[in-house]
Amino acid sequence: MISDLFDYIRQIPYRCAAGIMILLATLMLIAPLPAAAEYGDVVINKRAGKAGMRPVIFPHWFHRIRFRCRVCHTEVGFEMRAGSNNILMADIIEGRFCGKCHNNKIAWGPQNCQLCHSGLPGLESGVRGGPTTGGPGKW
Amino acid sequence: MKRQILISLFAACFGLFLAACTEPEPTAKNAVPPPDALRSGPDRWKTIMTDKLHDPTGPGAKQLQNPAEALFYLPAAFSGNMVRWVEAIEEGYIEPRPSILDSNYEMQVLDLDVIRTRTADMPMVLFPHRKHTEWLECGNCHEWLFKSKRGATRFGMFDVLNGEYCGRCHGAVAFPLVECFYCHSVRREQLKKPVTELEMHK
Repeated sequence: MISDLFDYIRQIPYRCAAGIMILLATLMLIAPLPAAAEYGDVVINKRAGKAGMRPVIFPHWFHRIRFRCRVCHTEVGFEMRAGSNNILMADIIEGRFCGKCHNNKIAWGPQNCQLCHSGLPGLESGVRGGPTTGGPGKW
Repeated sequence: MKRQILISLFAACFGLFLAACTEPEPTAKNAVPPPDALRSGPDRWKTIMTDKLHDPTGPGAKQLQNPAEALFYLPAAFSGNMVRWVEAIEEGYIEPRPSILDSNYEMQVLDLDVIRTRTADMPMVLFPHRKHTEWLECGNCHEWLFKSKRGATRFGMFDVLNGEYCGRCHGAVAFPLVECFYCHSVRREQLKKPVTELEMHK
């Protein structure tokens, strides 16, 4: 008697196979693609969110059209690891980190809050992938 | 049981049929689109307003440049930023500044290929210094991440997938790790010398 019940339960996946496959086929069609920033965009939100600002979105693609990697990763001193640079707004205003260029001389200055602080509130810090990857260590 | 299998097969066919229905049908106008247009249409990049990263209600999102406005004009790739960045420099599409401190600074390009041979069943890895030194300087990788001495730096694909070594950039900003054969580009039978002589790391 009880074994009949178990058999019945065991057969459920087979009984529903057609339904499951139709469901999967429909899901594949209507499921939205995952949120995709441009490849290499970095969300910087260690402090911004807590201070009531939108997170910073740093677009690598925009900057590498204009500067070689070494400019930021040697001359400005950004370490090549999202999260390992302790960027304070005070530093930027005094001309360190982003402020080395964003000083109204090389690029627009730090008074343009909204151009950097443009992210959706509550985003987590880190590199965002593009069409094919979620960034390092996220496979 | 046979009936169930038949139903399952029918369902699978139905799913495939649904998927086929949603493919856009070629019209007379775009029956044979030129391959270039296929590869580099401006809709291949998300816009700032729709990338689910920028806040479309914020004041900044309207002012920022969309990726397609700039990247559309650069050599096309199939992953990452959809741009072959090294070719973009070499073919003169872009000329990124090499320095902000020294206006006379020139990149020190090193033309030296390194082959890493211990890649199991995959083709061997060819590391071209030239392509990297057009963007970076020696100190960006040496000696803290990679030792200059051959064979001194031991790492594997797991490290790279975890964002270490090559994965510091590849998978984050440089071309992503789905492009296996960009790196694994030297087949063993291509080399005239025996592999052991060229082994760069033990």
